[in-house]
Amino acid sequence: MNYAVEIKDLDLYFGNVKVLQQLNLDIYKGEFLVLLGSSGCGKSTLLNCIAGLLEVTDGQIFIGGNNVTWAQPSERGIGMVFQSYALYPQMTVEGNLSFGLRNARMPRDEISKRVSRAAGILQIEPLLKRKPAALSGGQRQRVAIGRALVRDVDVFLFDEPLSNLDAKLRADLRVEIKKLHEQLDNTMIYVTHDQIEAMTLADRIAIMKEGKIMQLASPNEIYNRPRNLYVADFIGSPSMNFLHGEIKDGNFLLDGITIPLKGYEFAADSSQGGKAILGLRPEHILTGDNLASATVRTTVTVELVEPMGSDTLIYSTLAGTFIHVRMDGQARVSPGDKVEIGFQPERASLFDPETEDRL
Amino acid sequence: MKRPNQLFRNLSAKIAAIPMIVTGLFVFVGGTVWTVVYSFTKSGLLPRLKWVGLDQYERLWSTKRWLVSIENLAIYGISMLVLVFVIGFILATLIDQKVRFENAFRTIILYPFALSFVVTGLVWQWILNPEFGIQSIVRDLGWKSFTFDPLYTPEIAIYGVLIAGLWQGSGLVMVLMLAGLRGIDQDIWKAARVDGIPAWKTYLFIVIPMMRPVFITTLVLVVSGIVKLYDLIVAQTGGGPGIATEVPAKYVYDMMFAASNLGQGFAASTMMLVTVALIVIPWAMLEFGGKKNG
Ligand SMILES: Nc1ncnc2c1ncn2[C@@H]1O[C@H](COP(=O)(O)OP(=O)(O)OP(=O)(O)O)[C@@H](O)[C@H]1O
Ligand SMILES: [Mg+2]
Repeated sequence: MNYAVEIKDLDLYFGNVKVLQQLNLDIYKGEFLVLLGSSGCGKSTLLNCIAGLLEVTDGQIFIGGNNVTWAQPSERGIGMVFQSYALYPQMTVEGNLSFGLRNARMPRDEISKRVSRAAGILQIEPLLKRKPAALSGGQRQRVAIGRALVRDVDVFLFDEPLSNLDAKLRADLRVEIKKLHEQLDNTMIYVTHDQIEAMTLADRIAIMKEGKIMQLASPNEIYNRPRNLYVADFIGSPSMNFLHGEIKDGNFLLDGITIPLKGYEFAADSSQGGKAILGLRPEHILTGDNLASATVRTTVTVELVEPMGSDTLIYSTLAGTFIHVRMDGQARVSPGDKVEIGFQPERASLFDPETEDRL
Repeated sequence: MKRPNQLFRNLSAKIAAIPMIVTGLFVFVGGTVWTVVYSFTKSGLLPRLKWVGLDQYERLWSTKRWLVSIENLAIYGISMLVLVFVIGFILATLIDQKVRFENAFRTIILYPFALSFVVTGLVWQWILNPEFGIQSIVRDLGWKSFTFDPLYTPEIAIYGVLIAGLWQGSGLVMVLMLAGLRGIDQDIWKAARVDGIPAWKTYLFIVIPMMRPVFITTLVLVVSGIVKLYDLIVAQTGGGPGIATEVPAKYVYDMMFAASNLGQGFAASTMMLVTVALIVIPWAMLEFGGKKNG
């Protein structure tokens, strides 16, 4: 059996609100899968279905090859970590870690072995006798992860575990979760709406919109070859520039500029003519020293400059569309300057304006 | 810059609070001291400073009616405390299961609380009346020998009052408990389910400990209602049959205003005060004094 979790034709309705419809998702053993999407798209709902905290309307869920569609959460072989930590406030850290095990009548020495192992991995040994109220947010989330860890399960579910932490701590804990995954080598399903978390942690990302998976692929693939306009727009900050034009004889015609599409890999069955949208990431519009490798160039007027330290964003208008371009952080530009920009069609994305799919 | 004097911070608010503080001190502290002092006198219809030492207390503790009152209050108080919490909490957990028409249920159950004790007492006097209450209805249905007339049986009459008290008080406890339950993060429930903790254990070991502040508030309300139990008795049984449902508050009132025996009334109310103080002071010290190591 190659899959840790298989979801087949899953439907979930709240009354007549159809939150998930005909959702299929297979997750490999040992994979780190991130569910990414805007608020309200059904990420938590999907995770709760996998955990067994919501009764599915239709479809099946397999974990480790067993059909667990109707099994209790505790019998599914999963551990779960919540955004709000959800620690039991009246119990010490040790109590939090061991309560589930004691309830399952596990022998004492086995419990203490598991608790001290989890505490060792997460470096919370000095905190074992404290109550959650006496811990910082980061420490609480470690304890919450520990509570999943002692269950000794194959599948970990995380529902936005870092959203309540400040930026610095979030980055630290992100690295730790990644290390934890490498160390334990179990399957992790991780919900977030933070792109950076998704890109850095995931083996594969599933981008969701309105209860459907828009694209399921590696971070690299999603970033460089988004399958449709929604994914292209959702991933990347600042977001991709979209230029409306026309494809004719292997060229993209944009208001007087002709961009040859030599080097662009068209999708297998796409039409190579007619109206199209050219998607260019801000860093894929070349400036300055990099211009040499550009096949097509043009000049635009700088309207707004945002220096960000490591790089500088400039805002301008090209063919009637507002665009942003990422420049080197050392570039000296000010509004009103003329800047020469160049395109690399092989790194661009083309979309059909009707179906919004990648061409 | 000198640190402003703490005394003058929010000065206008403090000035505004003075009349209330004075009234409070005068009425509560003054009234209490006055009552205790006069409980050592021979006051009859009017307060008179004629000292008799502990005579009033000796008489009090050798009066059958006072002893019955204490016993009744103990039975009513303990049963009320336990049952009103159990019933209120169970009703709250039932309603918390996201039932339909929750608002309707809540209103219905809370409704008795909006009625005064006098109305409650009268309503339950009728319901428990053997001539046209539950007993007569069941007999009309065919069970001719059915007997249910607690208010006419001295040994169990206080339980008839208890039923009325529970009917009136459960709604309030339920609403408070429901508010407490709603304040519990839903993720706690999810975490407990993933941990495989059965619902009753989750309530017992996780949710109820988290609701401690709500429980304390409710406890204060319920206990103060028990100690001052008076109007329900007056409306429902008048203390009868005989003296079977007498309670301390009624003893105080009757002594002071009906029997023209202020000294007895003062002695009885002092005893009530002492009892409450014996319970509240150790608890308050435990609750608020032990904060440093909490
Ligand atoms: N108990 C419920 N009853 C009815 N609708 C619900 C319920 N829970 C969630 N929904 C709806 O289901 C949709 C998906 O909710 P879900 O919590 O899965 O979103 P999410 O992707 O996790 O969002 P977020 O990023 O804000 O956490 C939302 O539109 C929400 O309004
Ligand atoms: Mg969510």
